[in-house]
Amino acid sequence: MPNRNYAGVDVEVGADGFFIHPDQWNREMALAIAKEAGVDELTDRHWQVIEFMRNEYLEKGDSPSVRLLGKTSGVPVKELYQLFPKGPAKLAAMIAGIPRPRSCI
Amino acid sequence: MGEPIEKVSVIISKGSLEGIYPGLIMANGARAEGIDVNLFFTFFGLDAINRKRHEHIKLATVGNPGLHVPTWLGGFPGVSTVMTHYMERSIESLDLPSIPEFVEMIADTGAGMFACKASVDLFKLDKEDFIEQVQEIITVGEFYEKAAGGEIIFT
Repeated sequence: MPNRNYAGVDVEVGADGFFIHPDQWNREMALAIAKEAGVDELTDRHWQVIEFMRNEYLEKGDSPSVRLLGKTSGVPVKELYQLFPKGPAKLAAMIAGIPRPRSCI
Repeated sequence: MGEPIEKVSVIISKGSLEGIYPGLIMANGARAEGIDVNLFFTFFGLDAINRKRHEHIKLATVGNPGLHVPTWLGGFPGVSTVMTHYMERSIESLDLPSIPEFVEMIADTGAGMFACKASVDLFKLDKEDFIEQVQEIITVGEFYEKAAGGEIIFT
C-alpha cells in the first residue's frame, strides 16, 4: 500500500488516495491532503463540510453523498461545488481521512 | 488505468421514468467525480424539464418486458399511475430525489442544461415552457460544439 506523510505522521492510503485507517487522521493533516487534491485553502465553510463528513462517517459507518451533504450539512449543493470543484463528497471525504463515498447519488 | 474522463455530454431522449433517471444519475455521478457535464434534452426527454410535465413523469407499463407486467394488464386505466407510485416510493427509499428535484440539484452542481431545437420546434414549445435551469435551446451543431473534447452518452 502506498504510504504518505502528512504533518509528520506516516499514514496508509489506498491507491485512490483515501485513508485506509481513519483513526490515523488528525486536523493538522487536512491542509496538506487538500492541497494534493487541488483545494488550496480551507475556510470555515470547508471545515464545516469536512467535520460534518467525518462525524457522519464515525457515527454511521458510511461517507455521505453530495445530496445528503446538501440537505444536512448546512452548505447547499451550489456552494459545495464552489468549495470543492472536483467533487464535494469525494474530496471532503479524502481531506477528512475517511473512505470514498459509495453512493451513486 | 486509462486517462481520466474530464467531460461528458449526456443526452436524455425518452420521457418515461425509466428513460429519464439513468441519464440524470450518470450526469450527477459525473459531477460528483469532478467531471464537467452538459445535459441535453431531446424529443420526449424534454418532459423532464417541461414545467407542466416534469412532476408527472410515468413509468412505461406497456411494451416494457423488464417490468414483467403483461402488456394487456399494463394498458388498463390507472395501472401506470399505480406502478409509478410504487416505483417512486422505492426510489425515495433509496434517497434518490424526484425528477424535478434531481434536475434542479444537477443544475446546482454546475452542469449545463440545454433543450434540443428540433424537438422544441416539433412540439411547438419555447423557452418559457421549460424550468428556469434550462440555459438555452440549441441546435445539434451547437450541441457538438459544446460536447467537443468529451464523451457523449445517449440515453
